[in-house]
Amino acid sequence: MPLADVAIIGAGAVGCAMARRFALEGAKVLVLERGADLLSGASKANSAILHTGFDAPPGSLEQACVQAGYAEYMAIRGRLNLPVLETGAMVVAWTEAEQAALDGVEAQARANSVDDVRRLGPAEIRAREPHLGEGAREALLVPREHVIDPWSPFLAYLLQAKALGAEILFGAEVAAGRREEEHWRLETSRGRRRARVVINCAGLYGDVVDRRLLGESAFEIRPRKGQFVVFDKAAASLLRTIVLPVPTERTKGVVLCRTAFGNVLVGPTAEEQQDRDRAATDEAALKALIARAVEMLPALEGMPVTATYAGLRPATEEKGYRIAAMPDRSWITVGGVRSTGMTAALGIARHVYGLYERLGHSHAAVAEPECPPMPNLAEHLPRDWSAAGHGGVVCHCELVTKREIEQALAGPLPAGDFGGLRRRTRCAMGRCQGFHCLARLAVLTEGRFAAPLATPTEAP
Amino acid sequence: MSGAAVDVEVEALVVGAGPAGLGLATRLKARGVASVLVVDREADAGGNPRHCGHPPFGLREFGRVLTGPAYARRLAERAVRAGVALRLATNVVAIERAGEALVVTTAGDDGVRRIAARRLALATGVRETPRAARLVSGERPLGVLTTGALQAFVYLHGKAPFRYPLVVGTELVALSSLLTCRRIGAAPVAMVEERAGPQCFPPFMALPRLVGVPLHYGARVVDIAGSPRVRRATLAHADGSSSEIACDGVLFTGRFTPEASLARAAGLTMDLARGRPVLDAFGRSSDPRIFAACVLDRSVETAGWCWSRGRAIADHLAADLAGRLPPP
Repeated sequence: MPLADVAIIGAGAVGCAMARRFALEGAKVLVLERGADLLSGASKANSAILHTGFDAPPGSLEQACVQAGYAEYMAIRGRLNLPVLETGAMVVAWTEAEQAALDGVEAQARANSVDDVRRLGPAEIRAREPHLGEGAREALLVPREHVIDPWSPFLAYLLQAKALGAEILFGAEVAAGRREEEHWRLETSRGRRRARVVINCAGLYGDVVDRRLLGESAFEIRPRKGQFVVFDKAAASLLRTIVLPVPTERTKGVVLCRTAFGNVLVGPTAEEQQDRDRAATDEAALKALIARAVEMLPALEGMPVTATYAGLRPATEEKGYRIAAMPDRSWITVGGVRSTGMTAALGIARHVYGLYERLGHSHAAVAEPECPPMPNLAEHLPRDWSAAGHGGVVCHCELVTKREIEQALAGPLPAGDFGGLRRRTRCAMGRCQGFHCLARLAVLTEGRFAAPLATPTEAP
Repeated sequence: MSGAAVDVEVEALVVGAGPAGLGLATRLKARGVASVLVVDREADAGGNPRHCGHPPFGLREFGRVLTGPAYARRLAERAVRAGVALRLATNVVAIERAGEALVVTTAGDDGVRRIAARRLALATGVRETPRAARLVSGERPLGVLTTGALQAFVYLHGKAPFRYPLVVGTELVALSSLLTCRRIGAAPVAMVEERAGPQCFPPFMALPRLVGVPLHYGARVVDIAGSPRVRRATLAHADGSSSEIACDGVLFTGRFTPEASLARAAGLTMDLARGRPVLDAFGRSSDPRIFAACVLDRSVETAGWCWSRGRAIADHLAADLAGRLPPP
């Protein structure tokens, strides 16, 4: 049985960035993912904001990882063809109390070396965002806070790891494991694997995996649900900048922003729950989000809703990341990474590689592999439909071509389920939600997914 | 989008080759409009009737009873005979103004093309309101779809999206879905209607009884659960009670809404309540060069009604091209 240097449990945002980092450093990487595709858990639903870290606790590991992750994303995105929708963000104070709190927000940004922030008065706010509702008293502009495609980067990272020889197993839940002499023996639902070091990136199951293999966990996951509403693309012309509320102790609050895919998004809610898998939307919460969005941007009144979704964030008893190495057990846990994880993932991976080196391991780094550029899904950049020979448009709302669908079902990491196909192409994610394309997609994906779109029929 | 050169100039460009668009285009030719081009994003002309495997279609237009697909074919043939040009499998991606003319950018397998037109008629039809836009609570498993998608599964591809669906709504299209389910051996577990009574001609509600589908009036879906496929739905009843129904799909029927995304993208003034552009008595929008054959002014209409609506708009549009329509 081959022996991997590291087994990474979980192919969420953090796991994918981890696999890339360790593969680039020359380690032999094994990725074990319970789901049928990457980003199957907490990472599949977020607000897609590339954070500067301006509001992170100064001096915290989270703040360091967010800023390192931001910098590395900007450095590699050109080669990988990953988009940035340059929006900037405004922390908007709508009340006197919020206005009083802006000084603190600005001080924190400067303490975090985000020095390009500046205050906007009501007239400047209006000039920048003419559709914004009445009553914005003052704002803090954070120019480098941007929006990205929240899924393609992680596929790109995992493709890089794979190109460097990583073994990536989907549908591989780690059921048990134990230390044997110099390595871990892991029993997975796809067979036994061996690795020198285990890195637990299991997200919503981080504490479960720790307890299952170590017998204990330093933290307890307390899933926090965030619901979102996506408005029709017609709304995108109403807003340029990400609109953030003045944060409170518990949450960053409800955000209004464009998406890289040309929509406008409002969310998230922040709701504690026990269940780690069930990310259900709730009509009352969605209506409240829509009402809040209309307050902030009155022109959204009557704007059709394209999609609604809910995500679960792996919160713990404490606010910060729960990253710890256990040298005597050759184990590193990466837990409690919540909404900033999408930005911080590359930074977290670098930090964890440092911890790994301190466990006494080292490898010879390799060059970044030549990977084909990622298919662009962002609306502000050329999409596949604009290049002839695409075989026709399958999903009309999102203009997804047959060639894009076929490419997402082929290659080194083909979509493992319908959610994976949607995240790779945007098919069925538009305003009609599959009224026109679902049946065609059932045909194009026949025999591909363990959970097929079409069910077997009986002769009538 | 301004890269490609204009490759064709027409008097009238019609977007949508459903009954309204084809009726409109055919009539424009009859009214003497020199060049009429219809674009549609589907590979076959005909619109929604293409996947309505059931009669009756065509009484008004052809004086006989046809199935949806046969009706769709005939409408397209008649348009082509009248001299209408068709570009299928072609998506409209932008509508711009260039002086007097409108320039419409399209995308197809042959690349991006630009069409200049003196007048534009939007006949983009309707679709059902999907689950997301209804804000229905719950998870997002496989098996949640609309009747239009079900019809495409069954009539276009011979496939089944579920075996035991819950049917939401009692418009006529909900009843047609019961028949469509029979074609694939699917057995709906129940039909639910939020209101106290049916949303179609009440005697039609004999159909669910005949095929043994329990009906729940005054009930709404308050949860959908399952992963990866629907496992159950929870209903809230008018008396305050709730019940769970085991099913492997949830079919959202009806609540048709105009497919008005192009009107929005073109910046036309919208009628928010009706979800379509504001139109004058001649079907002109806030840009008087853009007409719309909106078919949802009452409730959802039959194909025949859409067809005659298209013809009525064509008369106004032809008059406008001839300079005989009152200014807006």
